[in-house]
Amino acid sequence: MHLTLEFGGGLELLCKSVKIHEVDVDTKSGEDKLTMKDLLSWIQANVIKERPEMFMKGDSVRPGVLVLVNDCDWELSGNLDTTLEEKDVVVFISTLHGG
Amino acid sequence: MEGGDATRARRATVRLCSICNQRKAALKRPKTLEQICRECFYVVFEDEIHRTIVDNHLFKPGERVAIGASGGKDSTVLAYVLSELNRRHNYGLDLFLLSVDEGITGYRDDSLETVKRNEIQYGLPLKIVSYKTLYGWTMDEIVKAIGLKNNCTFCGVFRRQALDRGAAVMKADKLVTGHNADDMAETILLNILRGDIARLGRCTLITTGEDGPIPRCKPFKYTYEKEIIYTYAYFKKLDYFSTECIYSPNAYRGFAREFIKDLERIRPRAILDIIRSGENFRISSSTKMPEQGTCERCGYISSQKLCKACVLLDGLNRGLPKQGIGRTKGLNKSKDEENKNSSFHSKPCGTLDI
Ligand SMILES: [Zn+2]
Ligand SMILES: [Zn+2]
Ligand SMILES: [Zn+2]
Repeated sequence: MHLTLEFGGGLELLCKSVKIHEVDVDTKSGEDKLTMKDLLSWIQANVIKERPEMFMKGDSVRPGVLVLVNDCDWELSGNLDTTLEEKDVVVFISTLHGG
Repeated sequence: MEGGDATRARRATVRLCSICNQRKAALKRPKTLEQICRECFYVVFEDEIHRTIVDNHLFKPGERVAIGASGGKDSTVLAYVLSELNRRHNYGLDLFLLSVDEGITGYRDDSLETVKRNEIQYGLPLKIVSYKTLYGWTMDEIVKAIGLKNNCTFCGVFRRQALDRGAAVMKADKLVTGHNADDMAETILLNILRGDIARLGRCTLITTGEDGPIPRCKPFKYTYEKEIIYTYAYFKKLDYFSTECIYSPNAYRGFAREFIKDLERIRPRAILDIIRSGENFRISSSTKMPEQGTCERCGYISSQKLCKACVLLDGLNRGLPKQGIGRTKGLNKSKDEENKNSSFHSKPCGTLDI
């Protein structure tokens, strides 16, 4: 599944200062569905290069990270249970940096 | 990044905005838990800030107002919202952006670029004041004189006063900063943890320093950081960056920050409730409060004869740069030294002193 990931607010520093990542994520065999929960562990393993604790806490993003799926607050689509589709755009913005 | 095509409509969880009932909801407001669309969000977001400004009589027509601009998200959104509201509601304010250049080689280049873009985008004049102008020393020169180990004391003290001093140099009547509701909740919590009753009493005020030369106010006092970030994400293409001190992040404040964010996730109203609690604390009349006076040398508020910046500067200028770090000796030894030193030590660099 092809997705566009964007990191901002300092989170890009965890992935070699690259803000926009065009990625192809494998879905679990036999399924064509991918949830945000799956995506987060995939990002953890494949995109984040340093200080993973700045991105995740427990099985979710760190509190204070704003997540938008296709411009839409993921709290409206079920947070970790949000189902992703081909060509979705997922944005992560940290708030834990200076203002 | 528009998500409106046919495949998106398949998403089972599409909900309509609870205000207009027409467009797709895009944001869950932490303050009210309402689900609203982007268009309605901008209307309520700006309207709430306008109400805060009006209800608290933050400005008078004709005032010259400095917007403390760091290039970060809060001050960028503040500059945008204030210039917009000033026009729309005829506040009659003479607004300008005020930035501080600490004189750390390479460090401010990016953020000053951002502020320069804001100058053009919002049509607000930009004034940059340097540490060299304000203090006679750049941060690089200070580091050279005292070494890396102690420089965060200077960072914190100098940074805290820089905007106020810069606003005075630029003949402003008022200074506004982008401190938001999350910042305020964090500061209230920190002051409780430190037992800093004087600051606890002051830190919830929307306007401080009214008896001083330049009152300071915080139009975003009740504005959630989540909504500032959401606003920012759209008109800045996410290009902001950290403005923390490059030498040392503040661990203690970091923990308080994270605690606030954890609370927010469980119950978003917690942030507003901490602010309400802070506002409604009553300090018992038997609590001994430090006297508030002004610094003999520069006129900045100080509970001592000389303010911290002047003590540090005095040391630098006399070739005794360690003066004022740790135990205060000589210059200021008179008043409640115990109290002063404890709060002095626990204020690390780059803190938001609200
Ligand atoms: Zn709407
Ligand atoms: Zn520092
Ligand atoms: Zn002074």
